[in-house]
Amino acid sequence: MGPLVLLIVLVVVAAWVIAAYNGLIALKNQTLNAFKQIDVQLKRRHDLIPNLVNAVRGAMDFEKSTLEAVIQARNQAVKVNATGPEGIKQISQAENALSSALQRLMVVVEQYPQLRATGNVGQLQEELTSTENKVAFARQLYNDTATQYNTKQQQFPTSLVAGLAKAQPADLWEIEDQGEKAVPQVDLSLKPKT
Amino acid sequence: MSDAASLNLFQQQEANRRRTVVLVVAFVAFFAWLGFGGDYIYYLFSRDAPRYAYHHTFPWFGIVLSLAAAAIAWYGYRTGPQKVLWSTGAREIVEPQGDNERQLVNVVEEMAIAAGVPRPRIWIVDDPDPNAFATGTDPLHAHIAVTQGLLDLCTRDELQGVVAHELGHVKNLDVRLMTMLAALVGAVALMHDGTSRVLRPGGGSSDERKPSPLVLIVLVVWIVSWILAPIIAQLLALGVSRKREYLADAMSAQFTRNPLALASALQKIEGADAPTTHIKRGAAHLCIADPLGRRLTSHEGLFADTLATHPPMAKRIAILRGMGYAQLKQDRP
Repeated sequence: MGPLVLLIVLVVVAAWVIAAYNGLIALKNQTLNAFKQIDVQLKRRHDLIPNLVNAVRGAMDFEKSTLEAVIQARNQAVKVNATGPEGIKQISQAENALSSALQRLMVVVEQYPQLRATGNVGQLQEELTSTENKVAFARQLYNDTATQYNTKQQQFPTSLVAGLAKAQPADLWEIEDQGEKAVPQVDLSLKPKT
Repeated sequence: MSDAASLNLFQQQEANRRRTVVLVVAFVAFFAWLGFGGDYIYYLFSRDAPRYAYHHTFPWFGIVLSLAAAAIAWYGYRTGPQKVLWSTGAREIVEPQGDNERQLVNVVEEMAIAAGVPRPRIWIVDDPDPNAFATGTDPLHAHIAVTQGLLDLCTRDELQGVVAHELGHVKNLDVRLMTMLAALVGAVALMHDGTSRVLRPGGGSSDERKPSPLVLIVLVVWIVSWILAPIIAQLLALGVSRKREYLADAMSAQFTRNPLALASALQKIEGADAPTTHIKRGAAHLCIADPLGRRLTSHEGLFADTLATHPPMAKRIAILRGMGYAQLKQDRP
């Protein structure tokens, strides 16, 4: 009787360890995959920006500085060659700067109705909104998945298996950039700046 | 997304897989009952027949009907989504034309990213009434259809809420169960219409012999279940979809983090009173709002609970508003 009970307990414990281990590995891969999704969307954004800037350049002589800020931020973001969730601090800093530069540009475009009327600026605006949303939603999915992964590996009793599965807390994509938190300056005079 | 929510999603997917299997088994079993029941009745009738007359001893009806039901179920699983889309006259967006369609494609792509599923195929139903539905067998083979009216009426944020709601159905595999149900309900209705013409009294049974009470009982039960088949199928379709709408609303809020947009979209959909004429009864339970414009949907209660495909709109909007205000309170420093 005694050995049988011991055997059953051992089997149950082994089954639990396997299940917990596999669960952690699955979450880890989901987190990595979610991060790849952000990468895809960021790449798309980097490719889109030169087109956008070319489209509005002619009509926006008066907002040179805003455009230049976008181009500069974009080039900075492309230059970052960190990859994977380990480089998230570096990537997010550069990308957040680009996000805020783009947001300022969008505010500027909103401000000038005559600009929206010229050619395909309206269409580009939709593309830009969508691109920003895609980056934001990819980030949201990553943060949600990473939080789930972090919670799982820290919670008892799964935490006992965390070392075995080589689980490390994944960094979240924080919005630390002051520019993103700050409210953009809006000029409501509708006068073209000289 | 908390741990509990993800566990919930997993359970939801499991439950939908299981229910689809139960549905198919019940469908085949029902036809087996009709077939073998018919065989038994025929056997009882022909048992007392003269020696050299036909004696029904081999259950042909049962075997044929069961095989036919299994074939229909298989066919329904393979072609269900196409049939549903075809029945509404939807056209696929391959190359988006115009600002509206481009925006729709963008919004669907965004929400697919937020939900973490592949981008579904996108369809438009040329109907001025705002409505939307999703169909498919799994997230890899999913379709989202919206009406032209929804595109014209909703803002970008509202469209996002509606699309996220439909992607919620896709992600938790509601679409598999509901599409299967649509296919099977359609098959039952079709077969019932066809065979009730054949079964209508007029031919046969002119002999004077009195059948035994056993034969009569089996016959009555058999006929009653034959008549009830389409009604039961309809009731199934009704009951299966109501709770799912609340759940998909919640998933939409989770994907967009903007429950108030979906609330205002639902209000617009509710406000447009006209029924969605392109969407027939067979696909009604797939839609975000009852396309038949039935007044039942606006009440809660035992009667409505058993007969409406959709929960009351006012309640859905109130729940979404509650989520929205809770969020606002949280955001305030």
